Parts: sequence; C-alpha cells; structure tokens
Amino acid sequence: MLHITDLVVRYGSAVALDGVSLEVGRGEMVALVGPNGAGKSTLINTVSGMLEPASGSVVVEGTVAQVPEGRQMFPDMSVEDNLLLGGWSIRNRQLDEVFDLLPDLAGMRRRKAGRLSGGQQQMVAIGRALMARPDLLAIDELSLGLAPIVVDELAEHLRYLNAERGTAVLLVEQEVTLAFRLCARACVLEAGRVVVTGPSSELAESDAVRKAYFGDLAELADVEVSR
Amino acid sequence: MSEFITYLVTGIALGSSFALIGSGFVVVHRVTRVVNFAQGSLAVLGAMLSASLLAGRLPHVVGEMVTVVVCGLVGVLVGVVAIGKRGTPPLISLIVTLGVSMLFSAAIIWLWGQDPVSPPGLDGFTTILGAEVERQRLLVLVVTLVAFAGLSLFFSRTYLGKALTASASNPFAARLVGIDVRRMGLVAFGLSGVLGGLAGVLVAPSNALSFYSDLPMALGGFAAAVFGGLVSPLRTLVGGLGLGVAGQLTAGYLNGSYQTEVALLLMMVIMIARSRSFAHEEAK
Ligand SMILES: Nc1ncnc2c1ncn2[C@@H]1O[C@H](COP(=O)(O)OP(=O)(O)OP(=O)(O)O)[C@@H](O)[C@H]1O
Ligand SMILES: [Mg+2]
Repeated sequence: MLHITDLVVRYGSAVALDGVSLEVGRGEMVALVGPNGAGKSTLINTVSGMLEPASGSVVVEGTVAQVPEGRQMFPDMSVEDNLLLGGWSIRNRQLDEVFDLLPDLAGMRRRKAGRLSGGQQQMVAIGRALMARPDLLAIDELSLGLAPIVVDELAEHLRYLNAERGTAVLLVEQEVTLAFRLCARACVLEAGRVVVTGPSSELAESDAVRKAYFGDLAELADVEVSR
Repeated sequence: MSEFITYLVTGIALGSSFALIGSGFVVVHRVTRVVNFAQGSLAVLGAMLSASLLAGRLPHVVGEMVTVVVCGLVGVLVGVVAIGKRGTPPLISLIVTLGVSMLFSAAIIWLWGQDPVSPPGLDGFTTILGAEVERQRLLVLVVTLVAFAGLSLFFSRTYLGKALTASASNPFAARLVGIDVRRMGLVAFGLSGVLGGLAGVLVAPSNALSFYSDLPMALGGFAAAVFGGLVSPLRTLVGGLGLGVAGQLTAGYLNGSYQTEVALLLMMVIMIARSRSFAHEEAK
C-alpha cells in the first residue's frame, strides 16, 4: 500500500535520501532502522507529505498519519483537544474509537498535554494520529526517552491495532531488538541509502546488522559476563 | 468627583477601542507571529466607510455591519500580501504591513480627503454617578466586552478556533494533522480586520478620525497588546482600559497634549518589565 521508488530528498544542497525504494504491504508492519542522521525522519516526513521529494515517487494507497519525532504536542491544549485536532483532515470528532483502542487516554482527556509524562504524551501522539483513521501509521521513534515498561505497553497497543484494524505500520526505532520483535520485516538505512531489506529474523542474524546495531549491546553483555 | 468619573468613563471608552485594536494585534500575532501594523489603518477605514454608508442612507446597524464585514475582507487581503508567500519571516511580514498601512493612508486621502470624519452614532447622554457620559461611549464599552467574550469562546470552544490556536502553538504539528497553517493565518488577519473595523466604527462618532489617526490608534492598540504579551486577549483588554484611563486622567488633570507620550511611556515600562519576566521564564 506504500510504494517508494528511487526517492531523493534534499535539504538545500544536502542530500538526505539518495535513491530509496521501499514497499509496505496492506496491514504489514515494517521497521526502519539505522544510525543517527541516516535519513529515517526524512523518509517518514516525506511519506506523510511534510517534505517534497526532489525526485522519485511516494505512492500511498489510502491515508497516512504520523506520530512524529519528539511527539509534538499542542502543549497548552487539553488531551481531548489534541485528539480532536488529529481528526481535522477528515473532520472526525468521534473520540470513542480512540478511547476504545487506548483506554488510558479517556482518563486524562481534560489534562493539558504539556503536563503529561513522556509515555502519556506518546500515547496522545498515537491517539491523535489514529483520529485521522489512517491505513498507514508512520511512527518516528516510539521508545525514545521512555521507560521499558511504558514502551512494552505502547508496543502491545500497536500490535493490537495492527491485528484488529489491519493498520499498516512503518516504525522508526532506535531499539533494534524492539523493532525486530514488533515488525516481521525491516529495512536498514544508512547515509540516505537502503543497505538491506528483509525479514527481521534474517536481518538479526546477519553479521552486518549485528556489528552495526547490536555492537554496543554485545560489548555491554561481555562486560557483565566478565565481572 | 463627577469630573473624575467623567475622565474615568471616557477613559474606559477610549481604552475599549485600544483593546479592540490590541485584540487584532493579538489574534494575528498568536497565529502567525506577525505584528500587523496595518491594524490602525483598518480602524480608520472602518470610520470612513461607515460615515459614507450611513450618509448614503443605509440604516444604522446595517451600515456598521457592512463596514465591519468589508474591513474583515480587507484584513484578509492584507494577510495575503503579508504572509501569502510561503516561508516569509515574521519580521519581513511586519515591514510589509507597515508599507500596506502607508498605502492605506494614501488610498484614504484619495477616496475621502484629508478632513477628519465622524459618522453619526448614538445621541445623548446618560448620567452615571453624577457624571454625564455620552451614550456612544458606553456603547463602545459594551460592544468591546461582547467582542472579547465572543473571541474567547471562539478560541476555546470552536473547532476552527482550536485549529487557529494549534497553528500558533505548534505549526509543525498543526501541518501534520492537516491544518493549513497559512490559511489559518489569513483567517486571523480577517478577524483582525473585523476587530479593527469595529473599533473605527465605534470610536469615530465621538472622536473624529482622519487618515493620520492610524498611527495613534495602532500605538494605543499595540501598547495594550504588549501588556497582554501579544498573546492574551484578556490582559489586552485590561491593558487597553488601563491605558485609556491613564490617558484621560493625564489629559484632564495635566495637559491634553501629553496623552500619546503617556501611552508610549507606559508601553516602554511594560516592555522592560516584561522582558525581565521573559528572561526569568527562560532561565527556569
Ligand atoms: N531541516 C534540516 N535541514 C538541513 N539538514 C537536515 C534537516 N533535517 C535533517 N537534516 C540532515 O539530513 C540528514 C538526515 O536526517 P534525519 O533527521 O532524517 O536522520 P534520522 O535518521 O532521523 O536521524 P536521528 O536518528 O538522529 O533521528 C542528516 O544528515 C541531517 O543532518
Ligand atoms: Mg530522526
């Protein structure tokens, strides 16, 4: 349902994406991983239409909604208003559906979004995106700055959403373990190019990915053992 | 004593017009971060247009309403010129609005001449606490209070109002949820035109306005808006009323020609005080 072909995106003269191709099928969950500055956010922002491609194409069959990097709340507005504005593009003012999927939100609907914890804000950001009834949810950094317990809960919500509604997910995630656990397929981006795409289980085994992305963890593990 | 009451009430009425114009500054700045210096010109346009329409036998209320609507549309046009080009920095837009206000002065001289104009308003006086007060001045106060109440309901209760607030609060996120931030800016400019026009229509029957009234009106309104930090309509109302009263008391007990200086002085004091509190907030 998402077809990206030979996508090039520039910031002025700097090339952020250099010929990226990627497919996401209907109801599929795909992880997008890569080091800092690889172009993950740029890709997500182009998919959601915030950035214009310099060349190549992005075709979406259906609607996209984005959970942006840094969560991007309307801080002085209530959770309820944040959610309502999420439905602006389709004039959707029904909160019930989102409260069914994310029941915690109902309890904080009157609170100011800026006063919430990071995990709560992330939930609001997901709820706000869901208000647009998207066929594809593009999430930029699900776990960044959040406690593991909170991340697990959010991941569970995503899995449920995907299973129940068939919403496709494109997930940018620094925690490769989490990304590969959640998404059956993954794409590794580096310096604006796709290094490798394939089933997460195979990528997790591949030497290149292990070295580049599990390197730190492996070292940490060694330290633990040697102690 | 009755003298004091008279100064107080006329001050409040004059302050209401500062507050109305100030609220125009606030609405535009909240949504676009632009300071719209064509705000005073819209008040003058409102005065001129309503005088012509009423002289052309449009009945009261209808004439004023038409004027306010036209001012709203002109406000949108100002917006198109000031923020129509994508990515125009707010400071550049400010300069553009200054240019637009000069064009306005020229157009107003061309269309209406240089003489001050005072459309008919409410006749007669009402006695409040022993002081005689023009009915028109009371009308200004009442309409201002209604306008502010409407404005605050609009921003806090309506979907469009929330989208306007969202555009100001986080333009990136607003764009993300599909809000056309530039169009919201134009809505804000239109609203500021309505508020400016309203101020002109209401003030001119008591204080004749001419092409060069735009600057004093804009300055008073801007001072009120600065008191509201350029974002708070409620504090703009308080600031405008305070400014009007201070000005009238100065004019009454000291010297009428000091009025503008008082406004400027107050504005400077507020700005200095506020810049302190800004620094304080940033340090936190
Ligand atoms: N607004 C911008 N202007 C100029 N260059 C930018 C801009 N945003 C990103 N870049 C550059 O484009 C490249 C890709 O950035 P991007 O934010 O897409 O990476 P990322 O993979 O999301 O990184 P991170 O993991 O740090 O979020 C980087 O080299 C970055 O410096
Ligand atoms: Mg990023």
